[in-house]
Amino acid sequence: MNFEFTEEQGMLRDSVARYVQDSYDFDTRCKIAASDEAMSRANWQTFAELGWLSVPFAEEHGGFGGSLVDTMVMMEEFGKGLVLEPYLATVLLFGGLLQRGGTVEQQAELIPRIIEGGCLGAFAYLERQSRYELTDIKTTASAQGDSFVLNGEKVVVFNGASADQLIVSARTRGEQSDSDGITLLLVPADAAGIERSSYRLMDGQLVANIVFKDVVVPVANIVGEQHAGLELMDAVVTAANIALAAEALGIMGQLNAKTLEYTKTRKQFGVAIGSFQALQHRMVDTFMAYEQTKSLLYRTVCELDGGGEDVAACVHALKVLVDRNAKKIFGEAIQLHGGMGLTDEMDIGHYAKRLMMINSTFGNGDYHQAQFNQLRYSA
Amino acid sequence: MDTSFAPEDIAFRDEVRAFFAEAYDAELQARLNNLETFKDAVIDWQKRLYQQGWIAPGWPKEYGGTGWNATQKFIYETERSAAGIRDVIPFGLNMVGPVIYAFGNDEQKQRFLPGILQSDDWWCQGYSEPGAGSDLASLKTRAVREGDEYVVTGAKIWTSYAQYADWIFCLVRTNSDGKKQEGISFLLIDMKSPGIKVNPIVSIDNHHSLNEVAFDEVRVPVANLIGEQDKGWTYAKALLAHERTAIAGVADSKRNLAQTREFAAREVNGGKSLLSDPLFQKRLSDIEIELMALEYTELRVLASVASGGAPGAESSLLKIKGTEMQQAVQEVRMDVAAYYQGVLPNDLAPEQLGHDFGSQARQSYMYGRASTIYGGSNEVQKNIIAKAVLGL
Repeated sequence: MNFEFTEEQGMLRDSVARYVQDSYDFDTRCKIAASDEAMSRANWQTFAELGWLSVPFAEEHGGFGGSLVDTMVMMEEFGKGLVLEPYLATVLLFGGLLQRGGTVEQQAELIPRIIEGGCLGAFAYLERQSRYELTDIKTTASAQGDSFVLNGEKVVVFNGASADQLIVSARTRGEQSDSDGITLLLVPADAAGIERSSYRLMDGQLVANIVFKDVVVPVANIVGEQHAGLELMDAVVTAANIALAAEALGIMGQLNAKTLEYTKTRKQFGVAIGSFQALQHRMVDTFMAYEQTKSLLYRTVCELDGGGEDVAACVHALKVLVDRNAKKIFGEAIQLHGGMGLTDEMDIGHYAKRLMMINSTFGNGDYHQAQFNQLRYSA
Repeated sequence: MDTSFAPEDIAFRDEVRAFFAEAYDAELQARLNNLETFKDAVIDWQKRLYQQGWIAPGWPKEYGGTGWNATQKFIYETERSAAGIRDVIPFGLNMVGPVIYAFGNDEQKQRFLPGILQSDDWWCQGYSEPGAGSDLASLKTRAVREGDEYVVTGAKIWTSYAQYADWIFCLVRTNSDGKKQEGISFLLIDMKSPGIKVNPIVSIDNHHSLNEVAFDEVRVPVANLIGEQDKGWTYAKALLAHERTAIAGVADSKRNLAQTREFAAREVNGGKSLLSDPLFQKRLSDIEIELMALEYTELRVLASVASGGAPGAESSLLKIKGTEMQQAVQEVRMDVAAYYQGVLPNDLAPEQLGHDFGSQARQSYMYGRASTIYGGSNEVQKNIIAKAVLGL
């Protein structure tokens, strides 16, 4: 039994941490968020040169062959810097689907390009009515000879505005919310019949709604099994949820540290406000919330890496706890910073907004608690 | 013990409802929702209320109030919220106005009250300072008397709508000897005075409503001093209790909860309406139950004020619970908006975006974080209750 990281994992963490500290200060981050693409392609090239884009991919495609722990370590550090570059969208979602379900040809063509920084990807899975059900899909792909014809709309696509390639979840048979009949299709973002409308979210991301009108997609572009895309999506979303929890953990740690520091220096009534017991207890609560979140994250990673049977319940529980503890921690961080916590020029609110977006990605706490209850308590 | 409405109360309710339905029209609402036209639209609306005679329900009749009893005030607030109408900008009507009629001299009343009632003067509040937030009495902005003038130097912060204001009411330090509460004076300062600089603060809702107001040797006539020099804390305290009572916003929370419920009924997750989800129902009912109680807590305070009492430490209770409930409703609404909760204002039509309330939910949620901080943070309110009510 040990919870130590390997030397390699330690080096990876240090490498990301040093980069965030030296090259991704809050002012720099704000400038990137305000730029046209809300991310920096130059930074993305640096990520490639540092080998970060190769981490989760298999060695046969030039990857590092890293584990979930490697991803977790990186995401936690990305969280601390509120890094905007599309690691989740391109490497973990788009790349993750290819790594797990892509054909030999798809992998050989695209994974090396992702690793070298030459291909930005996005996973278009949300629809305006779908809320948190991955299976609620109105977008259709109907077979015509050697092709599919894709029609429909995806919304709030992360990195959807900048992506070169998309993987789109589409219905190839069955009813709107059936588990069966979902097919994932690889579609170049510049294909005829695609229209993208981009807009910004409060966490700095630029996202897009993407309309598909009679877009012709060759059968060879199926990622995974026809009609059986759900299983592949589930596996990739599970890994992404763990990565997002790690990012959230990094943010929570920052918020707690900054709040603690502030309460030691901010004076009211002649003393540092951190000397008030009423506030001390609340900071103890947020400290415990952070530690509990970390523990459940580790438990979930161990369960998944060890091939345990409780992975689904662990992931649901993790999403519930992240949702609850994130709200608690950013709520206290803003409150204890007083008016300063309300200002856009301070980083506190930006950490809060990223946590809120993490919570609303792949299901919020309520959604996952219902799923957890279903797994654990239903007859 | 009786809270039922008499026939004349019902008639009054119908009158208020009919007025709002007619006067608060779509054009006005559109102008209020547009940052470019917001200020003028607010003034137009408040002038309309003035013409109706309803601009100052809380003021005594002799100074331009309505003379309504507690029930009528309650009905008016409930109808205003239910119609989705925001309360008047509080700084003139709910804050400095009552201080002027209670503690100002006749000349000050004649000079300032009409401009407040008719919304010709836009007021802002100069209380908090960079180093004096929860600990308001430690404020350092100095006013030094020179002949018939005070010379004011210092800085105020978190000043809402200072960029629009004609006047600011300020707490300033006129004496540094003795207890820190005892050397504070209440000054009315013309925002056009030389030496005043307004620096905008963008808040986490991406809007600019807050400001820092810097004073560099600003000369203020002694005639603008309210009451006695060094006694301003007494006047400020009376005002703060009124402010806290108004901050509770129970009627607005009820309306926002009802609207959130409508939004939730439209959302479908896994084939079922979000509103039919037991977990979601529990979140709504947790809030509704607290609001049912809080509404009566507010009525009890209103009734006690109507029978001659002043809102005291109960106003702290109202402020704490009221703001907690506001934030709880805002949070549920964000969860109803799901992944649309982060949307910033953009050029896409709602039909193109696929959603119609995400950005508004975000804005009120983010700015809503301020409510437990302003008007005296909720931590300070708990200290007040511990001391004044529990005697600790």
